[in-house]
This record gives sequence, C-alpha cells and structure tokens, in this order.
Amino acid sequence: MENDTLTLPGTVEAPADEAVLEEELLIEEISIDGMCGVY
Amino acid sequence: MSVQSLVSQLKAGLDAPICLTWELTYACNLQCVHCLSSSGQRDPRELTTAEAKRVLDELHDLQVFYINIGGGEPMVRRDFFELLEYSIGRGIGVKFSTNGAFIDPDKARRLTSMDYLDIQISLDGIDAITNDAVRGVGSYAMARRAMENLAAADFGPFKISVVVTRHNVAQLDSFKALADSYGAQLRVTRLRPSGRGADSWHDLHPTNAQQRQIYEWLLAHGDNVLTGDSFFHLNALGESLPGLNMCGAGRVVCLIDPIGDVYACPFVIHDQFKAGSVRDEGGFARVWKQSPLFLELREPQSAGACGSCGSWDACQGGCMAAKFFTGLPLDGPDPECVGGEGEHALAGVSAGAAPRPQMDHTKPHTARRLIPVSAG
Amino acid sequence: MTVTLESGLRLHPQVALRPEPFGALAYHYGNRRLVFLKHPDVVSVVRELERHDTVGETLEACGVAALRWPSFVKALDSLHESDVICERDS
Repeated sequence: MENDTLTLPGTVEAPADEAVLEEELLIEEISIDGMCGVY
Repeated sequence: MSVQSLVSQLKAGLDAPICLTWELTYACNLQCVHCLSSSGQRDPRELTTAEAKRVLDELHDLQVFYINIGGGEPMVRRDFFELLEYSIGRGIGVKFSTNGAFIDPDKARRLTSMDYLDIQISLDGIDAITNDAVRGVGSYAMARRAMENLAAADFGPFKISVVVTRHNVAQLDSFKALADSYGAQLRVTRLRPSGRGADSWHDLHPTNAQQRQIYEWLLAHGDNVLTGDSFFHLNALGESLPGLNMCGAGRVVCLIDPIGDVYACPFVIHDQFKAGSVRDEGGFARVWKQSPLFLELREPQSAGACGSCGSWDACQGGCMAAKFFTGLPLDGPDPECVGGEGEHALAGVSAGAAPRPQMDHTKPHTARRLIPVSAG
Repeated sequence: MTVTLESGLRLHPQVALRPEPFGALAYHYGNRRLVFLKHPDVVSVVRELERHDTVGETLEACGVAALRWPSFVKALDSLHESDVICERDS
C-alpha cells in the first residue's frame, strides 16, 4: 500500500504522521467464512 | 480519531455476533467418529419450533445477517424448511451444513428456489474407502448423490467441507478438483479433539510434516479455498494465511446448541465454555452481551507460557478447544504447536486427565476409532 | 469503472449497514461479502452518497477535509469493487 501524500492547492499540508494516518485503510473486507469458531 | 486495527476491535467483542453456528438437533442419521457435537440421538429438551423462531427474532433485532446451521443432521428436524424460510424471511441468510442424506431431487429443487441460502456438504475423503472410514458405510455415496442432485437442480455454487485428517492430507488437490468440477467452493477445516473427536484425535490429527504440507497448500490456494480461519495456529511457519487469524469464540461468533445453551463455539461444548441459555431471562441477547464467560474472553489475552516464544503474535497460542480437550492449559502451547512445544506438553498429561465432553448424544455401539470399510 | 470525485453513487440496495463503535459493518446479501467501514466519517459518506450528485459534493457536505479526499476516494473505489456501492443509474 503506497504512502504518498497528495497536496491540493490552497490547503495546509498536515504534519507527516497525520498524513500517514489518513492513508490507513478506511475499509477492510473479511470473508463471512473467515471467522474461527463457526462450521 | 485513530483507526485501531480491525482485529483488535474484533478481539474486544462486538455488540452482536457477526455470524454464529446454530446446531438445530443432536439427532443424526450418521455416527461420524470425530463428530464435534457427539451427535446421534435427539435430546428431548430440544428447542420447539416456536422457541427457535423467537431466537431468530432476536438475531434479527441484533442485526445478525448470516447464520450457520448444523447439528447433528439439521434436515432431520421436521420443521427444517419452516425454520429456513422463517430465517430468510427475517433477513437472516443461512448456510446449513449437511451430510446430504436428505437432499433428494425434490428437496434439491425446493432449496434451489430459495434465496440467501448456502449449502455445505460434508466430505472427508475423495473416495468411499477414505471417507467412510470416518463417516460410515454409504456416507460417501450419500454426499455425492446430494451434490449430483443439487447440480441437476441448478442450485449454483454449494460448498464441500472437508475436515483435514492424517488420511486425507494427500487428497487436497483431488478435493479441489472435485469442487471445481461442480463449480463448488472447497472448504477445508481443522480437526479439533472435540466431542467424539477426543477419542480419535491422536490417531487422526495430521502429523508435523503434514501440517507443513497443509500450510503450504493453503498458501498456494488461499484465494479460492475457504478455511473458516481454522489454521491460524500454522502461521508460526511463516507468512500469515488469509483470514482474520484470531479465535472468534465469544467475540464475534458463538454456538447455540439444540437445547438452547450458548457456548463460546461449536468446538467447546463443555460447561467450562457455556455462557448461558437462550431460555434464560433476557434471552440470547443478554447472554451475548453480559455473560461473564464472554466478557472474560473479550479481555486481552496474555501469552502465558508462550511469552518467550517469538511466534505468539502469529499463532495466538492456537485453539482453546484443541488445548482444553487434550488436557493442556489454556495459557500454553497448542497441542499442534509447529515448534513442537505442544507435543512436549502433551507428554506431561496423564492418561484420562483430559476433560471429557459433557453433552454426549452418541448412539450405543458407535465406533470411536476408524470404521471398518471393505475395499470390495 | 474507477471511482472519481465526479462519480454518482449510492449504497447497493442489497447491502445492510450495522453500526459499530468504530464505524459500521456492511453486509451484501447477494454476494455474501462483508466489509468493515472503519471510521464513522466513511459511514456518513456512504449513507449520504445518494443525496448528492457526485462523490465530491458528498464529501463536502459531510465536512470531510480536502486533505482526506484521496483516501476516501480510494475507499469508495474498494467499496464499488465489492459492490457495496454502485452507480446511481444502476
């Protein structure tokens, strides 16, 4: 997963760690079968 | 607001299960040697149709979207279709796990007409010799007939579910080919020493060498083969397998048994892992949200005796059912620890010391080891 | 189709959203896919997509800072790939 920061014109660049945070996965898919403890 | 890892959120438990297993009956037409629920004979205290519908109402209110129905053999219940239809009507999708005995052409057509329904056929060998030694004479033919009937009715993709044993590890490619031939999904799951499995586990569970084969095979086929996330104890061998790689018991999944008792998962049907009953005041919802057992399971777990091992983050100490029913402490290695620590610990367990399954509905004269199957 | 700020989208009719402390669980009844929306802002945006012509307008209306828009577009693209959200005309 790339970690590039996109700077839009007119915005203030966020501090580096916050930029990393924003690139974190906002969604995560898991399999309905992928939970241990069911048939 | 920081985004905590999903797995750590799930380990802390959710307000409702994501999905759960519901064993509808302890009655079964088969007597598989390794049956996790020690099924065979119906329990007279089984939930009534009305009680079962009330449970489905509760699951609807909790927004449980999907349930896994099993048993025993769920199709043995006279209200099986009635409950299926009620569940789907309440917006709860169903996957049911069956030995296929009752999926004749007529039932296959009926099942095909239903939506939001998945079917999982159990099979533990690629031929009758391998399969019937564990599931009984005629069970291979029964399962294949069900698959043929579903295919003829155009049911669409069903699942073939295999419990991996010492005797079928070499057949994994063949199972995949069989599933592909039907356009079905293959599922392979871990054998736990649960239910009747306690008696045959030492003979049936894969060897160390076979565990590595299973791991490597799953890495190669991970995208297309389901595992129910049951092999995360093998993650200590290297790159993690696809899946959440965590024990979901009491956190995101649980079991409702045929008499309405709620357990952490289907592999720990024992008082030690019983959270309550749907017949208690407050029903299933109260058990899920407030039972002391589940609250305890949702606390961060410590590595215990595995603390000094670098692999604990990968393997999570394995499966509590596997530890419990082999007489090992829960805060130590899994009996199949890939580092050999489990084997070492097992040597210290005295004969007869392991806890016995408490709910035993096994029919008299049921084989507890392999079933003799003639080659002819 | 790749999701852009110009896309007109909505929650797929076969998807149910269940709120969770950290966001929401999205379950697609048709394809059995299960997706976790890991931030409440993503949940708001997904719910609001239908009420605005474009993704950009939805992000604006939900008060999502412009700096975060690329992450949100990426997330929406994943959701589109899973069929959790779909084109409004479909």
